[in-house]
Amino acid sequence: MTADLFFQYLFAGITYGIMYAIVAIGFNIIYNTTGIINFAQGEFVMLGGMIAISLLHFVPLPLAVAGGVVITMLVGALIEILFIRWLDNPSVLRMIIITIGLSILIREAALHIWGESIRSLPYFYGNEITTITLGPVRISPQVLWVLGVCGIVVLLLSVFFKVTPLGREMRACAANRRAAILCGINARNMVTFSFMLSAGIGALAGCVMSPITYTQYDSGTPLAIKGFTVAILGGLGNSMGAVAAGILLGIIEAYSISFVPLAFQDAISITILLIILFVRPHGLFGSGEAARLKEF
Amino acid sequence: MLRIRNMEAGYGNLRVLKNISLHVDGGEIVTMIGANGAGKTTLLHTIIGLVRPTRGEVLFLGQDCRRLEARRIVAAGCALVPEGRQVFATMSVEENLILGGHVLQQREGRAAVLRELGHQYELFPVLRERRQQLAGTLSGGEQQMLAMGRALMSRPRLVMMDEPSTGLAPLVVRDIFRVVVRLREEGNTVLLVEQNARAALGIADRGYVLETGRVILQGPAGDLLANRDVQRAYLGREKIA
Repeated sequence: MTADLFFQYLFAGITYGIMYAIVAIGFNIIYNTTGIINFAQGEFVMLGGMIAISLLHFVPLPLAVAGGVVITMLVGALIEILFIRWLDNPSVLRMIIITIGLSILIREAALHIWGESIRSLPYFYGNEITTITLGPVRISPQVLWVLGVCGIVVLLLSVFFKVTPLGREMRACAANRRAAILCGINARNMVTFSFMLSAGIGALAGCVMSPITYTQYDSGTPLAIKGFTVAILGGLGNSMGAVAAGILLGIIEAYSISFVPLAFQDAISITILLIILFVRPHGLFGSGEAARLKEF
Repeated sequence: MLRIRNMEAGYGNLRVLKNISLHVDGGEIVTMIGANGAGKTTLLHTIIGLVRPTRGEVLFLGQDCRRLEARRIVAAGCALVPEGRQVFATMSVEENLILGGHVLQQREGRAAVLRELGHQYELFPVLRERRQQLAGTLSGGEQQMLAMGRALMSRPRLVMMDEPSTGLAPLVVRDIFRVVVRLREEGNTVLLVEQNARAALGIADRGYVLETGRVILQGPAGDLLANRDVQRAYLGREKIA
């Protein structure tokens, strides 16, 4: 492999890796406040892209993206209120199965609304053939959008959880739900907020990656699998771990093309998922001790 | 302040509390002693709304608590220091305290929370020293103080404590109980649930003895300390007359 190609693959890997990481962070936010894996997370990404694409007929791009994010957040809140909130002391397994059902429901609804066609948002800057030269690599400006937006999201999230009262209360629910209730915190609302937040983040990711990856009614599922792999690899609930694990998986996938056929790319992430679940279920960066104390 | 009449509660078909009646008046320390499994924690959880009573009534400040959510009861001024501290281990000491002030902030605003924070630091100087430390890294006694400080941050009318002395060295237990006495001096009302009967009766005004879900004895703390059955069962001393 030439040095140029090496860097080209590296950049492609990082781009995809960051996208996986954003999906994984969506998993983590909900996991942290409820202890469940929301398997409809990939559908939030798809919904964000699809809604923005539809809105683009009526409003300019920035507004369409904002609209996609806001509407997906509302969908997230609605889902939580309709399907999770009223459950009295549900088991983790039951909630997870509910989210799997929801992901199928959203996917089929999307098929009815948008059909099977593959769509995409236009490039935020320039078009398909615009490139920026960074030393030995040529990249699309959209890649910089993905990196920038995702970087800002990660940064804002960590500020949100550290500094704001709402973020603090959500962390408190994660750390000890009963103690949070004893502090007078409305733990149920925190769950709704976490669904809204992760739906919004998923939707934003869906918008910025849409020009590169395209959006289709079922494009959420493979992303959810990759995102789940990354969340597990980084240690469930650990957002910084997710970023590192995402970049790692992205790079592995990118370089795998030189060794195995492209068709095996998805198999690689699932293989990694299985190995991690067998060997190190608490992930690369998670604490084994904390994982043992968890419900599942 | 708190009035419970003929209350029953439990989990599913299991009836843990049977026909409980008790009251706590403003400004007193009332202790509830009993062995493991007597139903002490269930009693506190029923008062604060984590467990629903199946019969009888629970009145806090004249308000019927039976159908209220736990967080509403907390907002009404009833705080629980839970068994086993239950601090937010992954958060700093100061964050724990500020979270405890959640209902105070809603009631009186941020300035009141900061004032109350200063008050807790004065009550527990060790917490001020460790304000930036993660709560999970504190010693058992410090965590107990943090759990008490967190509950007091809501400036409650009634503080309920679930076995604050469990697992602590005698010297630390003395510190904790000294704070409880000071709370009464500052005009607070305390319902103290303890296995450590001698220490609890030593500072309380009145006491109840709970056995297999029933109140079997009650009276002024001094009388209970002198009661022969209590001495035999809970104070580890047999007086031969």
